[in-house]
Amino acid sequence: MPVPVYYSFRNLTVRRLTTALTASGMALVVFVFAATLMLAEGLQKTLVETGSPDNVVVIRKGSQSEVQSGVERLQASIVESLPDIVTGEGGRPLLAKELVVLINLPKRGSNKPANVVIRGVGGASYALRPQVKLVEGRMPRPGSSEIIAGKSIAERFEGGGIGEHLRFAMREWTVVGIFDAGSTGFSSEIWGDVDQLMQSFRRPVYSSVIFRMRDAAAFDSMKSRLESDPRMTVEAKLETRYYLDQSEAMAKFLRILGLSLTFIFSLGAVIGAMITMYAAVANRVVEIGTLRALGFHRASILQAFILEALFLGLIGGVAGLVPAAFLQFITISTMNWQSFAELAFSFSLSPGIIVKSLLFSLVMGIAGGLLPAFRAARMDIVGALRSS
Amino acid sequence: MKNNHSADLDEGERHHIVELISVSKSYQRGSQIIPVLEEITFSIAEGEFLALMGPSGSGKSTLLNLIAGIDSVDKGSILVKGLDISSLSESGLASWRSANVGLIFQFYNLIPVLTAFENVELPLLLTGLSGRRRKEQVETVLSLVNLTDRMDHYPSQLSGGQQQRVAIARAMVTDPAILVADEPTGDLDRASAVEILSFMDRLVKEFGKTIIMVTHDPKAAENAHRIIHLEKGVLLNPSQQKA
Amino acid sequence: MFYLKLSLRNAFRHPLRAVLTITGVAVAILAFGLLRTLVGLWYLGVETSSSTRLITRSSISLVFTLPVSYRERIRHISGVTEVSSMNWFGGIYVSEKNFFPNFAVEPKTFLALYPEFIIDDAEKRSFLKDRRGAVAGFKLAAKHGWKIGDRIVLKGTIFPGEWDFVLRGIYRGAQRSTDESQFFFHWDYLNESLRKTVPRRADQVGLYVVGVDAPEKAPEVAQAIDAIFRNSLAETMSETEKAFQLSFVAMTEAIMIAIKIVSYVVIVIIMVVAANTMAMTARERISEYATMKALGFKWSHIAITVFGESLFIALLGGAIGVLLTFPAAHLLETELSQFFPVFSVSPVTIYFQLAAATLVGIVSSAFPVYRASTINISEGLRRIG
Repeated sequence: MPVPVYYSFRNLTVRRLTTALTASGMALVVFVFAATLMLAEGLQKTLVETGSPDNVVVIRKGSQSEVQSGVERLQASIVESLPDIVTGEGGRPLLAKELVVLINLPKRGSNKPANVVIRGVGGASYALRPQVKLVEGRMPRPGSSEIIAGKSIAERFEGGGIGEHLRFAMREWTVVGIFDAGSTGFSSEIWGDVDQLMQSFRRPVYSSVIFRMRDAAAFDSMKSRLESDPRMTVEAKLETRYYLDQSEAMAKFLRILGLSLTFIFSLGAVIGAMITMYAAVANRVVEIGTLRALGFHRASILQAFILEALFLGLIGGVAGLVPAAFLQFITISTMNWQSFAELAFSFSLSPGIIVKSLLFSLVMGIAGGLLPAFRAARMDIVGALRSS
Repeated sequence: MKNNHSADLDEGERHHIVELISVSKSYQRGSQIIPVLEEITFSIAEGEFLALMGPSGSGKSTLLNLIAGIDSVDKGSILVKGLDISSLSESGLASWRSANVGLIFQFYNLIPVLTAFENVELPLLLTGLSGRRRKEQVETVLSLVNLTDRMDHYPSQLSGGQQQRVAIARAMVTDPAILVADEPTGDLDRASAVEILSFMDRLVKEFGKTIIMVTHDPKAAENAHRIIHLEKGVLLNPSQQKA
Repeated sequence: MFYLKLSLRNAFRHPLRAVLTITGVAVAILAFGLLRTLVGLWYLGVETSSSTRLITRSSISLVFTLPVSYRERIRHISGVTEVSSMNWFGGIYVSEKNFFPNFAVEPKTFLALYPEFIIDDAEKRSFLKDRRGAVAGFKLAAKHGWKIGDRIVLKGTIFPGEWDFVLRGIYRGAQRSTDESQFFFHWDYLNESLRKTVPRRADQVGLYVVGVDAPEKAPEVAQAIDAIFRNSLAETMSETEKAFQLSFVAMTEAIMIAIKIVSYVVIVIIMVVAANTMAMTARERISEYATMKALGFKWSHIAITVFGESLFIALLGGAIGVLLTFPAAHLLETELSQFFPVFSVSPVTIYFQLAAATLVGIVSSAFPVYRASTINISEGLRRIG
């Protein structure tokens, strides 16, 4: 025999300022909570989507990223001879030997420097990465000092736009095309011909070898065969796994920092809710006594106040999620600690985050409203009625 | 609602709907125990309009609370319609009250966030009635107190007299055995007070309800069949006739 | 003084409410202080830079090395006192979780250029003599329980293999803010091995640390260095240590900006909570305020008591928050030393914390003060609250 739901809800709408202020406190906390999760999600999404589930990345054993890695020409050829590789166009294995280095470029406007990935690619590189699409200009001519830039680089960096020039490794390079790789990490890269770049940078070794497997299920056996070959000092990873690992440290940091901050903030919001609910109970002592006198049980009173606190939390939760959803229009660019390279990514709102945020706000509501609700339920009828 | 022509029967033939037997109640303040009621024994007949009067601190409100089942006795027993309510648990009392007692307070005690209709509906929510049946009951009692046109108003939009009428409707909606009123006219102007008292009169004469009313207003007491005086927790004159 | 007494008493009329509000303010001020310290920490490298040191790296990016032969040529430039070199080694001790910075350095010149790393003379000598020797910072050694003479093994990531070292020295920082979590060893040891295994990677350094004899000379020396190597196969980029550190910070600036914003958000949250509390309290006391007005007090008198009450609660909460910041910072420094080698609270942060608390007190009293000023006496008296 519960007290009607509209009783709890209307008590919130009747005290508009208090409800608004308390819910605002909770909304801010939910906003930070959601923003943090969205940021980590966006980072991982960018990096994970960068990889394809059938591609394999081979780098030197122990190096954590392509930048630190070095694969000798001989070793690269051995990889090329693996039977597990899919055959691409022209009957050749779908495999690319790539060079990955970082160069320091100034950002447009602020001139602040950042490390940008330059990837020396081979013909198969484009086939291996269908996410990468040329949207402006053309591909570099073989043997020339021409490069193409990812959309994010073209927008953010001096000299990265179409027709512009970049100077490094003692040569001047012209940007002849812009490519779009969606929200993946490739959009923050510059691509050029691997042989030209290796020559310019005087790097005699590759950074990595990428290929597509005929049958991704055979990955484990291929990996153990490759890595146990005494001539090899490499390790193989599924491309999706490789990029996931790249984001791990940073995503973890973001999550830990964000969640611990949110926890501290939530204490403030919960205290706010508690103050509000205690005041609500104190102001409605006669009402509570009347309801009990009419025959409502203590449990019903408890439930009515908990429901009120839950509604409060829900209002705060929604109020916090709406602006958080707008964050999706913002792009963050920062240095990824593991790869040391510039990475642009944005906030990503998933249904999971929505659910978590709403649950979080409901929990805050209950945390704040529980003790006051107990106080309301424990009241003695006569004492309550007498206080009018 | 039954029409009980109990007014035609003389006292001896009426059933005693409420019986108090040696009821005592005291309160604890710190380490002191303060007695409020001492060995109160009397009965109330069905269809009776009883007024409880006495100076402040006499225990009249406490007595009312005990009869209504809002408070419990220390010693003795209270029987309502033959049921010993002093033996009921707290939740048993709650259930018993919702079906058997109608409450009327000095300050109306309406729930501010509920409309007149919803306030009157409250006690019915504790029964198993369907929404449709509840609506019928509420509309019936609201028409009884002539407030059908204001059923969607909130208490803040009603005058004192109107609010008390809503309270009376709420008290009647479950067709309870007894109605308990604590200073029902205490916060009303003369005209509204007269109106409320005449309603309460109708409840007794037309519907045969039993009303127990605490008041300090002699004019209000004039409407009662019998007045009981309390002083320092003791009955002064157990039977008094209405003047 | 009457007003002070009134404010104080009023503040604790509702003990539970007062305690809750004070706790809320304390938590917020604590969080604010910790966040500010975190942001300050990010710039620590910048703060502790020396104005008489330059960093010379490959002009392409840090990922590219410079020939070791450059050292002599840099040394002969006028204004240069000493030249040392560093190679980021990136070795792992036991597991990736135990991350700490480790470098291969030119040992004698390195110690000369970094006087803030204080090391006992005997230890210094034994380090310089032993090619496999290594020096670790005090905090790092303490964390892993290392003692002089211990054998320490690092797993190479950039330079594959297992690398054996003997701990010959433990340095202490000259200042509280000096990083005591670093580990460095002989470049020769690294190079010797490279010559045998991967000769093309030998005789390379990651960057040069160049000492100048006067801070004013730094820009011209930097330019002189870069001029020598322009149009060579490995062009250089020289800048003051501060500029170098700043460029690192700039790369993760977005995160720092976000954290700064968030630290202000926490103050806003508590401001909202405190404002709510004061607004509710004011509403409940309307008849009291009306009574005071009826007695002849002006609204400004009432305003003062309300303001005083709000400020008192906020400052009390703020003071508690400030006091809690120290043990909390210490906890972070010990538990999360991997991320935060130094986590010390600066006086500026404390001023900011108190200022924030004061702001909370002022803002949250705004609405109640306004309310108190506009009460109509007779209306207020009629309200039972």
